[in-house]
Amino acid sequence: MAATPVTDAQWPTEVLESDVPVLIDFWAEWCGPCRMVGPIVDQIAAEQAGKLKVLKLNVDENPATARDYGIMSIPTLLVIQGGQEAKRIVGAKGKAQLDADLASFL
Amino acid sequence: MSDTTHDVIILGSGPAGLTAAVYAARSNLRPLLVEGVVEGGPTGGQLTLTTDVENFPGFPEGIMGPELITNMRAQAERFGTTFVTEDVVRADLSARPFTLETASGVTLRSRALIVATGAKPRRLDVPGEDELWGSGVSACATCDGFFFRDRHVVVVGGGDSAMEEATFLTKFASKVTVIHRREEFRASAIMIDRAQRNEKVEFALNATVARVNGSGGVVSSVTLEDTVTGEQRDLACDGVFLAIGHIPNTWLFDGVLDTDEEGYLVVDDPSTRTNVEGVFACGDVMDHTYRQAVTAAGTGCRAAIDAERWLADQDD
Repeated sequence: MAATPVTDAQWPTEVLESDVPVLIDFWAEWCGPCRMVGPIVDQIAAEQAGKLKVLKLNVDENPATARDYGIMSIPTLLVIQGGQEAKRIVGAKGKAQLDADLASFL
Repeated sequence: MSDTTHDVIILGSGPAGLTAAVYAARSNLRPLLVEGVVEGGPTGGQLTLTTDVENFPGFPEGIMGPELITNMRAQAERFGTTFVTEDVVRADLSARPFTLETASGVTLRSRALIVATGAKPRRLDVPGEDELWGSGVSACATCDGFFFRDRHVVVVGGGDSAMEEATFLTKFASKVTVIHRREEFRASAIMIDRAQRNEKVEFALNATVARVNGSGGVVSSVTLEDTVTGEQRDLACDGVFLAIGHIPNTWLFDGVLDTDEEGYLVVDDPSTRTNVEGVFACGDVMDHTYRQAVTAAGTGCRAAIDAERWLADQDD
């Protein structure tokens, strides 16, 4: 199971009202490092299915959410828990580092 | 732990490493290429942070940096290169086969090693930079320029990449100020000309950034210091893009592989042999003179040929 695309319009229902913590990958086609993080996020989605909802948001097509959250660098990963931002990871990280960063939400 | 000993492991996934992989694979050495993730910069190297590459021969209309790298990787894979996507955290070159340990604890062994670990962007090392990293301070204009639409950003540096970033950022920003410590640029004439003719680009010369200032968690200004008079002044801006050169990624080999006074690996030119027999170096980790995609690819080719000949001379 790969990360599921999410849009500005779906944000309230898919993210803010989620019963489980949500990991969102803010990315864009033209971002080289995002291409590297994408497959790692997909892997996390597969491994943590049921415990963590894993989404990806294309900032080109969905600028409003990126702006609302003050995203100024991609890749950025956010964890939203109970509608609130619980963690922000800016920049490309390896799988081991991301697993460690996300451990407290699993 | 794997019991496999590879003929050759290539560290690095930029043009040097991938070209070495193409040549080594075509020589039936079945190379394993370790593409690092974080420590040395992004997978695929510096080209993944660029847009149009206009000086790589064979592409008369130019090619996007990430696409060029994707093509090189596909070419290496086609001839039998295998890939591990992880950082290497330890290297032991004291005995052969050489051993490498990855971030997830996997041990890799190889008879020959090609070091193509490249270089990563240099930081300013001034107050405010770390705190505002990702909140206006960036080393990747192609990644983050998008977030500065109709804003004022500064580019720090005076080389080709500074000019390229400044020109690129005018696609989004209302104004781009290039901050450079001297009056003359290292950049090539065509790149300077392009930036100077862009009406959105301004220059602050003989100036260094002494501090990055923030307000509400985002960049609000930089404090500039005049390199002639020493006077300081604040320049209001929303983003700070760094293009102040690179640091070679050699820390895995500290005290083991010889480096020059600038920290680059030393090779026995015109070969790519390092001071450790069986270890070869190519690309930006050993080249502080040319640092081009095409020169990196050229040295990658040489490293693969050197490694192949060295392996052929070894008794099993």
